[in-house]
Amino acid sequence: MRAPDLLRFARDAATGNPLRTVLLVLAMAIGVAAVVVLTALGDGARRYVIDEFSSIGSNLVIVLPGRSQTGGFNPGNAITNTPRDLTVDDAEALLRAPAVKNVSPIAVGTSEISVGGRLREVMVAGTTAEYTQVRKLDMAQGRFLAAGDWRRGASEAVIGATVRNEMFGSEPALGRLVRVGDRRLRIVGVLAASGQGLGMNTDEIVFVPVALAQQMFNSNTLFRVLVEAKSREAIEPAKAQVTEIVKVRHDGEEDVTVITQDAVLATFDRLLGALTLGVAGIAAISLAVAGILVMNVMLVSVTQRTAEIGLLKALGATGGTIRAAFLTEAGMLSLAGALFGYALGHAGAALIRHLYPAFPAWPPAWAVIAGLGTALVTGLVFGVLPARRAARLDPVQALSKR
Amino acid sequence: MAAPLIALSGIERVFHLGDSEVHALRRLDLQIDAGEYVAVMGPSGSGKSTLLNLLGLLDRPNAGSYRLEGRDVTTLSAEEQARVRSERIGFVFQSFHLVPRLTAAENVALPMTLAGIAPAERAARVAQAMQDYGLADRANHRPDELSGGQRQRVAIARATIMRPAVILADEPTGNLDRATGDEVVRLLEGLNAQGVTLIVVTHDAALGGRARRRLMMEDGALKHDSAT
Repeated sequence: MRAPDLLRFARDAATGNPLRTVLLVLAMAIGVAAVVVLTALGDGARRYVIDEFSSIGSNLVIVLPGRSQTGGFNPGNAITNTPRDLTVDDAEALLRAPAVKNVSPIAVGTSEISVGGRLREVMVAGTTAEYTQVRKLDMAQGRFLAAGDWRRGASEAVIGATVRNEMFGSEPALGRLVRVGDRRLRIVGVLAASGQGLGMNTDEIVFVPVALAQQMFNSNTLFRVLVEAKSREAIEPAKAQVTEIVKVRHDGEEDVTVITQDAVLATFDRLLGALTLGVAGIAAISLAVAGILVMNVMLVSVTQRTAEIGLLKALGATGGTIRAAFLTEAGMLSLAGALFGYALGHAGAALIRHLYPAFPAWPPAWAVIAGLGTALVTGLVFGVLPARRAARLDPVQALSKR
Repeated sequence: MAAPLIALSGIERVFHLGDSEVHALRRLDLQIDAGEYVAVMGPSGSGKSTLLNLLGLLDRPNAGSYRLEGRDVTTLSAEEQARVRSERIGFVFQSFHLVPRLTAAENVALPMTLAGIAPAERAARVAQAMQDYGLADRANHRPDELSGGQRQRVAIARATIMRPAVILADEPTGNLDRATGDEVVRLLEGLNAQGVTLIVVTHDAALGGRARRRLMMEDGALKHDSAT
């Protein structure tokens, strides 16, 4: 049988029973669409998180007060398990590490900012002049906090873009006096809008000198110390040196957690990559179900068309021709379902991107190829058994069926 | 003398039904020459359908040999037998066995499609056949839009489209009224007159009586052969 005839024969056989064909194509399409949409979600989540973390700066080492994991018995633990404060002095000491380029301490708290009768709850971050270098932030107007002694802070503040818009609207903000908590501060700069980063939106933050923040919140400890290593290769040495310095300063007790941006990124990458694989696996189950459906439908089709198969044999069709006809039909249905599902899945992903523009819901290429491939292969694999059964039918018995 | 078209010798066909053995054909010897018109008659279970299936290479004997045009076809592989069926044998069935989703013309073209004949030649031969069998205006109708007589004419056109040496007809008029049946029989006899060997299996004594040679079968054996 010629290939075009084979294709036409299979197509006619498939369209001869439209309901059966539509249901089968739909089942296959849902399977493929599920793979496309779910992997788009999973991979989109991965990219979203990676982008977020990449935007906080480069070559970052982050020091957090407290241990995130137990380090065995330490005599210090027997007396007290309260971690020592991570202080501004600790942060300053880190500058001595050879692999460290910049250090920026951060103390945070919430307070109220008021100007000209407007009042707003804001997050106040106490930091130093180095913060903009570490975080690679740009100024929209004015300057960032003045450099100088970390233990003494001028009464000045730098505000994020959102705070500026909400407090001042179209009026100029630079040079204005505002009240933050119980302090009167002068606005010396406005940050350029930057969006999300490290779980806090710098657009909605008021930056003040770290010493001022600690006085305002009556606290000695820092929220974080951001350390910028000299280069990408210096990240690991910087981490070790930072850990060692803090340990020495804290009477030999390692009571801080030091994480690197790369490690965080890699962890999220792995975590969300595994998540994507997981949802792809779940979606693949629906493909396998669709494959079994193909087999079931083709088996029913063989039974329904027994007399026809007997006739084809009587007319000179070989077993191979009949097998090819049924396999072509199964492959055709799977292909139609896979293509339909591919379109459906991309439409779904596009809809998600339309509804949540910040979320990069693009299905990864590997998932799309795997989804289409699996659909075709399952369709053909599950089509083999019915095709073989059809080819092996005894023509005499097949013809005697009405 | 040329070899007979069909030569059966010592054909045995045994079916196993549970523990019992049924001898559908017992040591059957038969020769049919090219161009003959043979009717195979006999009661139900006499083995006439089994004989037809063997002649059409749809079934294999348990013993004995079957030579078609001088060639031993019992030992051929399934693929080779399919080729012989395609090129040398045409079937006409009691229940027509048309493919319901194909048009009359497509049904007639089916053996050529299966044999891989080029579309242009197929179209020409189908058009000629539809003309010959008075089906030209029904070519694009599906079987359920055709009368019984038209359906059997489509089936006969399909059986002859590959220009076979022999046509095997199993109760070709069984599902037709007398007038339509007569028309179909005349069509088959016309083909025989052109040289095609015609073998008809029937219960119908009137139909059987029209054949030049009549075989009576009983219990899997030839009881009477009008040629001897």
